Amino acid sequence: MANLIEVVYFVAVALFILGLKRMSSPRTARDGIIWAGIGMIAATIVTFFVQDLNNFGLMIAAIIIGSGIAFVSGKRVAMTDMPQMIALYNGMGGGAAAAIAAVELIKLSAHETAMHGQVAINLAVLGALIGTVSFSGSLIAFAKLQGWLRTAVRFPYQQAFNLLVFAGTIGSGIYLAFVGADVPMIILFFFLALLFGVLMTVPIGGADMPVLISLYNALTGLAVAFEGFVLNNAAMIIAGTVVGAAGTLLTQLMAKAMNRPLSNVLFGSFGATTGAEEAAVEGSLKPIEASDAAVMMAFAEKVIIIPGYGMAVAQAQHKIWELSKQLIDNGVDVKFAIHPVAGRMPGHMNVLLAEAGVPYDRIFDLDEINEEFDTADVALVIGANDVVNPVARSNPDSPIYGMPILNADYAKNVIVIKRGKGAGFSGVENALFYADNTRMLYGDGQEMASQLIQGTKEL
Amino acid sequence: MVETISGISALYIFLLAAFAGYEVIAKVPVILHTPLMSGSNFVHGIVLVGAMIALGHAETTSEQVVGFFAVLLAAMNAVGGYVVTERMLEMFKSSKEKKHG
Repeated sequence: MANLIEVVYFVAVALFILGLKRMSSPRTARDGIIWAGIGMIAATIVTFFVQDLNNFGLMIAAIIIGSGIAFVSGKRVAMTDMPQMIALYNGMGGGAAAAIAAVELIKLSAHETAMHGQVAINLAVLGALIGTVSFSGSLIAFAKLQGWLRTAVRFPYQQAFNLLVFAGTIGSGIYLAFVGADVPMIILFFFLALLFGVLMTVPIGGADMPVLISLYNALTGLAVAFEGFVLNNAAMIIAGTVVGAAGTLLTQLMAKAMNRPLSNVLFGSFGATTGAEEAAVEGSLKPIEASDAAVMMAFAEKVIIIPGYGMAVAQAQHKIWELSKQLIDNGVDVKFAIHPVAGRMPGHMNVLLAEAGVPYDRIFDLDEINEEFDTADVALVIGANDVVNPVARSNPDSPIYGMPILNADYAKNVIVIKRGKGAGFSGVENALFYADNTRMLYGDGQEMASQLIQGTKEL
Repeated sequence: MVETISGISALYIFLLAAFAGYEVIAKVPVILHTPLMSGSNFVHGIVLVGAMIALGHAETTSEQVVGFFAVLLAAMNAVGGYVVTERMLEMFKSSKEKKHG
């Protein structure tokens, strides 16, 4: 039986890696998750037959309750809220890895450990630390994206305090690993690690959350790999490490797209350093009526639509696609341009547009489309702000200077659908809105999209 | 019990698995970043297997309580990760596929 279990784990790991590979191409992505899912089910079933296991009642109860909650919440959540659900489920995984370590450490304190030597104990503690930080950090990230925790919490001597907590966590961890595990120290260690995860996450603003969630995802993978070593389980080691490496790369890709080194995301904060610049933006805001904007687009040859988080908030993606279809029927070439960090996560906009029915071959990355703005008659910006701000190209003093942007300002005309006159997430004034070729269409995204559809139909 | 994985072979496994993870993601288009993050989130749901083993070997009440939470959280990770990933990927269709239904 033991051999069969090992074989099934081996197949499961192969399915995970192949599944992830398939998930990295739109054509095969759907099979990918199904393959990985089959691997997971198989691995779970054979685990019931591992030798000398007890507590099956508790085990099955926990699986049923956990699966039930996750299934219902996962099915119900709106597409716009996906990022925080990923954060939440990721936190659960980190917590699980930490809890495994806790069980092992409690056993160690009672001298009945099955852990093999010092290396295993060290990895158990390290995995516990990483998993716990990922757990509490992900929960805070969830609360922030859900809107339960709106402000970035900052207080005097914050970094010094965080450092102190971190040192305390490491200290108690070293004590557990080398001096000996006892229950009060185990509790102190987990408490400090939980606190550190919270402290690390609260000062970070919403715009940087995707990078942070991706980082926690990688960390959970790593924690799982370490606990896999403790339990002598190759499936956990490999799957965890694969996620750790993939997640780290993904985190770097995101940070790069935002032109924010990871250290800045974690230790710096937007806004705290600004104040000196704010070079006066020239020009004025020029409003336009929906009917005029509709005419402009209906008689264009090429329209490029740039969605941002505002579109997600207004739930305007369906109306925007309806408008696009209307324009396509009129012979207009409609394309969607997605900035890598538009929305709350890379790819967030793609998911929303896909939900609305936009085929992915009409959706283009920054690199693919940026040269086409020169030939576009209209660039329609809906709910995007910082990612189209030309200041990022021109003003070295701006906090977003150097961030790659969509060159919407190169289009012949720019129409910006915007709810009010506020600045973007970074708090930087947007020079695009004041440009000569820009017209502002003020109002709710969905409402304005409806009016544009109406306008194009009446022609 | 199966043979223990020794320190050095564990290091080899780490190394190769890390390369595999890096390579698998290296060429992913931006449009799949969120689903892929969600997919990899699902994959570390394999922690469920470890949680089951930890609970299965738990003897005292405190071990059972902590083990129970390990399995509960791990099951949420695996099932939730699968459901949201599947929902997202379900929507990725090209214009050709759409016409066929």
